[in-house]
Amino acid sequence: MLLIPCPWCGERDESEFTCAGEAHIARPLDPDSLTDDEWGDYLFHRTNTKGWHREQWHHTAGCRRFFNVLRNTVTYEIKQVYKIGEFPQGEEQ
Amino acid sequence: MNKYSIFSLARNALSHHENWQKAWRSPEPKKAYDAIIVGGGGHGLATAYYLASEHGMRNIAVLEKGWIGGGNTGRNTTIVRSNYLWDESANLYEKSMKLWEGLSQELNYNVMFSQRGVYNLGHTLQDLRDIQRRVNANRLNGIDGEFVTTEQIAERIPFINTSPDSRYPILGASFQPRGGTARHDAVAWGFARAADSLGVDIIQNCEVIGIRRDGAQVTGVETSRGYIETPKIGVVVAGSTSVIAEMAELRMPIESHPLQAFVSEPIKPILDTVVMSNAVHGYVSQSDKGDLVIGAGIDGYNGYGQRGGFQTIEHTMSAIMELFPVFSRVRMNRQWGGIVDVCPDACPIIGTTPIKGLYFNCGWGTGGFKATPGSGWVFAHTVANDAPHELNAAFSLERFITGALIDEHGAAGVAH
Repeated sequence: MLLIPCPWCGERDESEFTCAGEAHIARPLDPDSLTDDEWGDYLFHRTNTKGWHREQWHHTAGCRRFFNVLRNTVTYEIKQVYKIGEFPQGEEQ
Repeated sequence: MNKYSIFSLARNALSHHENWQKAWRSPEPKKAYDAIIVGGGGHGLATAYYLASEHGMRNIAVLEKGWIGGGNTGRNTTIVRSNYLWDESANLYEKSMKLWEGLSQELNYNVMFSQRGVYNLGHTLQDLRDIQRRVNANRLNGIDGEFVTTEQIAERIPFINTSPDSRYPILGASFQPRGGTARHDAVAWGFARAADSLGVDIIQNCEVIGIRRDGAQVTGVETSRGYIETPKIGVVVAGSTSVIAEMAELRMPIESHPLQAFVSEPIKPILDTVVMSNAVHGYVSQSDKGDLVIGAGIDGYNGYGQRGGFQTIEHTMSAIMELFPVFSRVRMNRQWGGIVDVCPDACPIIGTTPIKGLYFNCGWGTGGFKATPGSGWVFAHTVANDAPHELNAAFSLERFITGALIDEHGAAGVAH
């Protein structure tokens, strides 16, 4: 079981959380100007990285807040937890 | 290839079963092939078999990173059914069911296909409405199915918990009599042996590490055992789909998740059918060896590590306990995780890509085993003709751009 350090509540068991998918997918500001390809990419296509992956988690059975996690999808090691709107250390985007 | 029969069994018994011919060769990769299938699981081997048997393409190879059938083919709960709601999937899975029904004879290999029936339980009024709608849709598509009441379930499976006082009471079920189970390893071995005997090279311990292109046409694959030239690459790698897609600079609507399965210690015959429940989310059958084969849902996060989280184990077991209190003292023998490629609409992607000569068969998510022969059959057609068969035309990659999704998520009998 993962031990996830919620930025607000500290370390808690994975069973308190829900994974909310890939992080940093911004909703297009003007959806009408997008082509079908771009809209399909926004809705459905995912990076699905094998290795270090930036994803959103939701502390469902806790503070109910969202945050970002930098986690390895092979070893499941969590390297960094950071707030929504921020980026992992050393990465600008 | 020697044919397996009662006579070959008797002949080999005379030499203490020490002189059986190897079921398939272990050839060195050639410099070039007419087509290469990446991934030696059930679907990949089936594709190779049907390419050779139906389309006459015999100068082909299957490349497998590990050993054949060592991935999800050997890590699933072996349930076979075709009772899907929408016409597109119903027709595809029913094609597969028809192939299953003759598969042992066709391959000359006993895949132990056992049509013991599949129950999909309903626990709420909405479940019942969905089940009735699905049963009716199945029958209109020529697929067997019937609605059964709680009393009929209690009669057929006396030890299932049909008490109206349980947390999620069983209110009814769909039943597909032609559904059942098959021996997963035998499926991989049977297809491998049959493909090999038609001249297909099955190359194990050969990992694909790159895809070479000339403009928008593939020219070959880089592998851990050198470069192999080919004009056609069929990729059937389940959880590793995105990894291979990245080599060709394609983005896929796929996320990889661990899906766990369990077998218990062997017990005497008790359950002679397959029981699945969407609402409490678990499914169970009993293998011929006697162990209960149990599965449930995916772990919620993306993962490539072939193992699963403890809370999913707990969730699975509580679902099984809810349905079968009698199993409470059965101990689990083994647990494992396979990496499944989950698509947004819980339907596979089988078709061409923007790159000529590159084909993908992926996105089967948690329910690919049942489709093994049908998937191979339509994918072989796609690779051979550079165009999909009418059965898989709707399962294109473009549907995520056009929006023509096949929304089986929630509509299918189970537990995706």
